Amino acid sequence: MTRECKYFAIGMLWIAALPLLAQAGGSPSSGDSSPGVTKPDHPSAAHQSDGERKFTQNCGRCHMPPESFSPHISGTIVLHMRVRASLSKKDEEDILRFLNP
Amino acid sequence: MWNRLNLSTNAHCRTFRKLILLIGALFAAIQAAAQSTPLISGGAGLLTNTNGGSTSYLTTVMPLLAAPLGSHVLVEGRATLLEDFFPKGGGESGYAHIHYVALTYMQLNYLASSHTTIVAGEYLTPFGSYNERLTPIWIGNFQDPPLSYGLGVGTGSSVGGMLRGSAVSTPDYSVDYAAYYSAASSNQNFSSQNSWGGRSSIYMPQKRLELGASFARVTSGEKANNVGVHAWWEPANSSFKLRSEFDHGTHSQGYWMEADYRLSRFGGPDTAIGRLEPVFRWQQIFRNSPDPSDGLPSAGMREVDAGLDYHLPHEVRINTSYSRQLSSTVNRNVWQTGIVYRFLFPAWRSK
Repeated sequence: MTRECKYFAIGMLWIAALPLLAQAGGSPSSGDSSPGVTKPDHPSAAHQSDGERKFTQNCGRCHMPPESFSPHISGTIVLHMRVRASLSKKDEEDILRFLNP
Repeated sequence: MWNRLNLSTNAHCRTFRKLILLIGALFAAIQAAAQSTPLISGGAGLLTNTNGGSTSYLTTVMPLLAAPLGSHVLVEGRATLLEDFFPKGGGESGYAHIHYVALTYMQLNYLASSHTTIVAGEYLTPFGSYNERLTPIWIGNFQDPPLSYGLGVGTGSSVGGMLRGSAVSTPDYSVDYAAYYSAASSNQNFSSQNSWGGRSSIYMPQKRLELGASFARVTSGEKANNVGVHAWWEPANSSFKLRSEFDHGTHSQGYWMEADYRLSRFGGPDTAIGRLEPVFRWQQIFRNSPDPSDGLPSAGMREVDAGLDYHLPHEVRINTSYSRQLSSTVNRNVWQTGIVYRFLFPAWRSK
């Protein structure tokens, strides 16, 4: 086996093993999906889950959520994400409600 | 990535003028609503790169400014400031250095409707999945972009207009689109090709699967079509990510596959083990004819990258990676390390 084939084989094994490892255990810790910012206190459960789900699915697809940020820029963050991640107005509103209820 | 940039110091005056424009937009937004204070975000990093035994050191800051003007307009821009220290070579000892300051893009977004945003200015070319989403230093898993990065995106940015948005968004799927037209510009800061194209992708949140296709037609100089397809999969309840893309151009084609897995399952994301993130990338580019102007490798090449990232508290990440490049002209090892800090704060203190 050539050296190139070895690299390729190791790479493929690595890719194949990661999903198995990832799905082997229970649910992930909350830290994976939480933006680590202001938590909604009063919104309806439906809105809260919608916003959190959309935050995780859209923003978390590319990057980790920030550990914290000022509530004064939450609207700007979501507006920026609306353009960058091609969110609809409804998605923007749900995420903003989750970040800054 | 850096050696693919057109480094120049002659453009500083023009860059300065553009920065002034950007700062003007920022102050125009000073009356923003309580949640819409302009923000400054981005990353700063200290990076090392040992390529074929030669080590270079690079410090960089990539700030992004986003300033809303009312509820329908957003002005945003990203700049790159870097200082690169590298061996002089040619038998000389010691290090030389160059610095580079430029705007990566500066665009005005008008949110025309729930599903349409009109973009004008210099913007990141919407082709494939890497250019718009993974180029920020604090997001990308590896220092260097894929070998086929230049396919379809050219210099990375376009000058002109773009329509983009969410065509449809339901709990089961969402479809987004982007269509652009770029004028030819030889301005050192607003360099772009005459081209048009677009991208569309469908995302299925239940399966956490995204599939997309891109097209770009370059109409200045040698006319050329570029096509690309990408697939991203991030299984639910998991920290695993698999990203892949294939691009085809007139003189070359290539693909990359990238996988990473944050070990947060082992005790949570804030434990010593949970902060680790192994990353892997396999990529290949095929050349059918030379084209010194496209910024791609001059010969077909395969590369395997394996790395380990460590997420420290306070938005600091340590990146390490080893790459093996295999081509018909040279085989070499590339070692890269870096420490990257992500920042995000209001442009000024709000009342």
